[in-house]
Amino acid sequence: MKIGFLVNPVAGMGGKVALKGTDGEEILRRAIELGAVPEANSRAETALAIFREAALHHQFYTAAGEMGGRLLSENGLVHKTVFEPSKKTTSDDTKKSVSLMLEAGAEAIIFAGGDGTARDVCSIVGDRIPVIGIPAGVKIHSAVYAKRPKDAGTLVKNLLLGKVKRFVLAEVMDLDEDAFRKNIVNARLYGYMRVPDDREFMQNRKSGSTGSDESESMDVAAYVVKSMNDDEIYLIGSGSTTYSILQGLGINGTLLGVDAVLNRKLAGKDLTESDIKNILSGLEKEKRHLVITVIGGQGHIFGRGNQQLSPDVIRMIPKENITVIANSSKMSALFGKNLIADTGDTVLDEELKGYIPVITGFSKKIMAKVG
Amino acid sequence: MMDGLSRMKKFHQARWNEPIIYQLSEPGQRGVLVPGPCCDCVSKEEVLGTLPAHMVRKDKANLPEIAQLQLVRHYNHLSQGNIGVDGNIDIGQGTCTMKYSPKVNERLAGSPKLLHMHPLQPAKTAQGVLEIIHKTGELFKSISGLDVFSVQPGGGSHGVLALASIVRAYWRDKGEEEKRDEVITTLFSHPADAAVPIVKGYKVIIIQPDSEGYPDIEAFKAALSDRTAAIFFTNPEDTGIFNVRIKEFTKLAHEKGVLCCYDQANANGLLGITRTAEADFDMSFFNLHKTFSAPHGCGGPATGMVAAKKELRPYMPVPMVEYSPEKGYYLDFDLPKSCGKIKSFWGVIPVVLKSYSWIMSLGADGLREVSRVAILNNNYCMKKILAIKGASMSFPHHPSRIEQVRYSWEKLKQDTGFGTADVQRCIPDFGTHYWSSHEPFVIPEPFTIEPSESYSKTDIDDYCAVLAEISRMCYEEPEAVKNAPQNSTVHRIDDDYFDDPAKYSITWRSYNRKYKGYFEPK
Amino acid sequence: MGKKVYPYIPNSEPEVQKEMLEFIGVKSIEDLIADIPEEVRMKEAMKLPEPFTDEVGIYRHVSGIMNKNVTAEELRCFLGAGCYNRYVPAVVDEVINRSEFLTAYAGEPYEDHGRFQALFEYQSMMAELLDFDVCNVPTYDGSQAASTALRMATRITRRKEVIVPRNLNPDVMKVVETYLQPDVKITYVDYNDKTGRICLDSLKANLSERVAAVLVMNPNFFGVIEDKAQEISDMAHKVGAMMVAYVEPSTLGVLTPPSHYGADIACGEIQSLGIHMNYGGGVAGFIATSEKPEMVEEYPSRLFGIAPTSEGEWGFGDVLWERTSFANRDSAKEFVGTHSALWGIAAGVYLASMGPQGMKELGEAILQRQVCLKKQLAKVNGVKLDRFSGTPFEEIVVDFSGTGKSVEVINEKLLEKGILGGYDLERSFPELEGCSLLCVTEQTTSEDIKAIADALCEILG
Repeated sequence: MKIGFLVNPVAGMGGKVALKGTDGEEILRRAIELGAVPEANSRAETALAIFREAALHHQFYTAAGEMGGRLLSENGLVHKTVFEPSKKTTSDDTKKSVSLMLEAGAEAIIFAGGDGTARDVCSIVGDRIPVIGIPAGVKIHSAVYAKRPKDAGTLVKNLLLGKVKRFVLAEVMDLDEDAFRKNIVNARLYGYMRVPDDREFMQNRKSGSTGSDESESMDVAAYVVKSMNDDEIYLIGSGSTTYSILQGLGINGTLLGVDAVLNRKLAGKDLTESDIKNILSGLEKEKRHLVITVIGGQGHIFGRGNQQLSPDVIRMIPKENITVIANSSKMSALFGKNLIADTGDTVLDEELKGYIPVITGFSKKIMAKVG
Repeated sequence: MMDGLSRMKKFHQARWNEPIIYQLSEPGQRGVLVPGPCCDCVSKEEVLGTLPAHMVRKDKANLPEIAQLQLVRHYNHLSQGNIGVDGNIDIGQGTCTMKYSPKVNERLAGSPKLLHMHPLQPAKTAQGVLEIIHKTGELFKSISGLDVFSVQPGGGSHGVLALASIVRAYWRDKGEEEKRDEVITTLFSHPADAAVPIVKGYKVIIIQPDSEGYPDIEAFKAALSDRTAAIFFTNPEDTGIFNVRIKEFTKLAHEKGVLCCYDQANANGLLGITRTAEADFDMSFFNLHKTFSAPHGCGGPATGMVAAKKELRPYMPVPMVEYSPEKGYYLDFDLPKSCGKIKSFWGVIPVVLKSYSWIMSLGADGLREVSRVAILNNNYCMKKILAIKGASMSFPHHPSRIEQVRYSWEKLKQDTGFGTADVQRCIPDFGTHYWSSHEPFVIPEPFTIEPSESYSKTDIDDYCAVLAEISRMCYEEPEAVKNAPQNSTVHRIDDDYFDDPAKYSITWRSYNRKYKGYFEPK
Repeated sequence: MGKKVYPYIPNSEPEVQKEMLEFIGVKSIEDLIADIPEEVRMKEAMKLPEPFTDEVGIYRHVSGIMNKNVTAEELRCFLGAGCYNRYVPAVVDEVINRSEFLTAYAGEPYEDHGRFQALFEYQSMMAELLDFDVCNVPTYDGSQAASTALRMATRITRRKEVIVPRNLNPDVMKVVETYLQPDVKITYVDYNDKTGRICLDSLKANLSERVAAVLVMNPNFFGVIEDKAQEISDMAHKVGAMMVAYVEPSTLGVLTPPSHYGADIACGEIQSLGIHMNYGGGVAGFIATSEKPEMVEEYPSRLFGIAPTSEGEWGFGDVLWERTSFANRDSAKEFVGTHSALWGIAAGVYLASMGPQGMKELGEAILQRQVCLKKQLAKVNGVKLDRFSGTPFEEIVVDFSGTGKSVEVINEKLLEKGILGGYDLERSFPELEGCSLLCVTEQTTSEDIKAIADALCEILG
């Protein structure tokens, strides 16, 4: 197998000195001044120790030195250097390395870093080939990262041994770092990457089975499509679950944007707030619908990656015409938590509170609390 | 005497490396012979000549050829690779109510007086078996507080199917079949309560628990509407928590005209204490193979007995078993509004007979004692398990449980990397087991223990000692955990062979085509 | 009255209870359930009959009731219609009454290896009998197998209509109707009034590209072999529908297996393969198909597969545990639960003890008795045996309508002579008034046949 291996050497340096991330050169300089030491390579090595034996006969592609080359050499793994980074590594170095790895024919990418690194990798790779993230950053909101470096090591080992049976799309989330340093948490959905499905499936020997995420998304999409009325507008929000509705309709829409569907056909793609307002105002209120999904590990239905759905837009749609869909695995992961509407308008957030049915299958809903 | 744990640590299951039955086949061998022609009034050629030539099988079916002793030995060996209630402390299959099935009931059910009864015999030749079915219903009048009964469904899920079918028949009769298309259940009700109504065309809405572990009544209010056809609630739920506000739920539902269905699969802690009637449900089902002691038979045959208020009799499955002084016991097919038939003929009668006999040997006091001891055993077991390193329970701030508890190895997993699947692989080495069915998977690293009334204090002590020992191994001897099981009939199974169409083989012929000799034991 | 002792409840002993309560830290069992509110508590004790606490008492009580039965073994049985008075070899009872099998439930493939292997072997032997590659762990019964087979076809073809023939067993038909309702439409096709087989014209008129499956029962409820099964398959396939064959497995030592005449799914009842009738309680169903992934994925049932272990032993597990339905999104995926595994083990033992030659001889023995019965009945005045011209196998339609006596009356008189008469077809087919469905098995003797012929001569004068 051909594998890309990449370390963002400065990831994680901000945390210990309370800087909340190292995105941007100025912040990194301050981090070093404050005495931060690079830790990403040692995290990556923890993972490497677990998959090293399985990796001995595989071909690695990496960037030189602290971006991966040193670690592979020290551990005796066969590799080719595809990129020589500048002395102070930046986001561009990550992107360039990854695109050269792809060119070299990498079939999977292993990277160590934080949310910023994931975003950079995602911007090049998308969901084309599988990735495994070794958590080494300050901010880890992205589901592309394994829980601990050790777990990432096990995933890589399983991948190399051909034991990964299934992949899932995982969210790449990142905070707006300027806001975060002002103690405003505002994560956004930046995309999806393909990761090994590491959920431990227990065989339920008594009462039947649950489907895969992909199968469930198709179930949910079929339900939404079937319940669509003619001559009414359906805004389809961002996210992979909602995207499967567009796939179900055979529409070439956007994964991260908001699209509009009328009579089962695309009526607007990657819409801005004003586009949406224009489209909605052409129809009576009760004919306006919105389909959204739950984004991120905290259960946001508004306020994460769908900023086009502004408070004004949401107010234009009757509350009962807002449909929330999600995979049941997502709902299980949120077990015990409320859903969150963070529209930026506290009055509206208050209005959106209460119980809503979340559609999790063709004929299945879970009552969830927006709180 | 050696203590329980020491004995169990020395356990080794029979390991015969038993071949697949086809590998024992030798041409010309026969296990049994069948009678020849009953007379010589027609020749064999004449007999076969009656069939159209193209409908006569050209080849012989490829079945094994094996003499009787060799056949018996094969199955004897296989049975030794199976433990069952009679072979182990079977408290690890929570929600299944594993309990002892008294041997006298097997003897009664094995009587020729039942075995050789044809289902279509005239009622007057079947008075005994019809009386058993009818009297079982009579017993359940008092056990459930309801009025009419059917033993037709062949298991718990089938019981849910019968209830959902009755719901549909009821609303059809009321002219609201189209409008009432939703069913409400709870997250910790048995998963069949959600899965089965969907087959009957219902949309299912699931209520999640509040922080106490009770179904969230506010969510229930939000879900309830004039589209609701029925609610399907298990109580106590699969967490072992009894929903103390259950009557509020049925009251709210009834205000909307909704039918209330009580899943009584977890009734082993409720006998003589609270019933379907007191909780104000309209219908329920009981698993005769669980609470009422009929054995599980490796997964059936079984009975999910339906009970309903008399107002719902018109919608019950046909036929009903009735009695009149003139006709004696008889099958009543005259239910024009019935939900139809659920199962071939009239139900799994041997299971009904075993349960009837079990109830009649215990009586009201005995049944109450069953539940009292099930509750005592469970709470005793719970305290022991919670003392084990790495173990915890779901909804820990709600310590009250009825007859079972859903536990968690979350801490064990965090500390050692080993979770419930690993414990499950270790435990056969001690001559017992626990299983993996804990839907929905929201409690991390779950396991569910239900020590029914059949188990002694020593049994529970021994089982908990085994769990504690495995926890110790996870912390102190990780290699031993990784390589488990070692003393079971077989070692770690390669589960790569079960999901890929190119790799799985569901029959011997498929194996031979794909792999012949490839992974055959050497 | 002294202290009560319960042999099945060891911890009913007061001293043990006290010790356990002390360990828990409560005073009474009642304290453990204090949160069950008064409003749902029973106000008074259950009113149940006085129990038979000793084993002698309960044995005598229950067997006393059961002794009121008169069994098929005590009579000369000519009743079939979906449940068959077959001989069950002693070896079958021996195996399934072993308590390791009888009392087990849903253990893992380690400590319950035996049940996995026994059922894998059952699947393998059934598949050979049917000449298919996949067979499931048994469903509740043949009716369920037929219902599920039809639902599988609707998911695979993404269609919502099935064709069911009127010569299907009416008991199976009723279950199918309940199970497919409300979302699958059933279209009924007539049987040919002369032959008793499916009417191909009626089938043709109802076939369309909306049809997911055509069900064929073979031999059909009238005992008649559907010898145009291949034509039916061809007609179904032509419109993209599947052919589902409901077959009686005990005939397959002699009759062509369904896969040879184009069936896509075979299903049926295994009671006749070594399971006692049990007043209709000894039923279990099978479904079998090819190994195509789109078929396998649609089974709701357990499917046990074979795999190696780390030490190179035979291991087993569930195939496609998270079986998904990628086809028709509007169809329910059904459910699995406690079905009839023990009967599957029984049928496996039966097939292994019979072997290829035994199954062939069994079919021949049944067929011979049927021909013999027909020959003897031909001598009875007023009885017509040509109601249907199609070829019978183990059951024949006997037309008493020319005798002036109803089947009910005839059966009544037969019973007086110790004979269990046939199934009164008028119960489900008003047009067949006066017709009775008589059945033979390998247990039927020439004396039985002579007895019924003599009895009928006497009754019908």
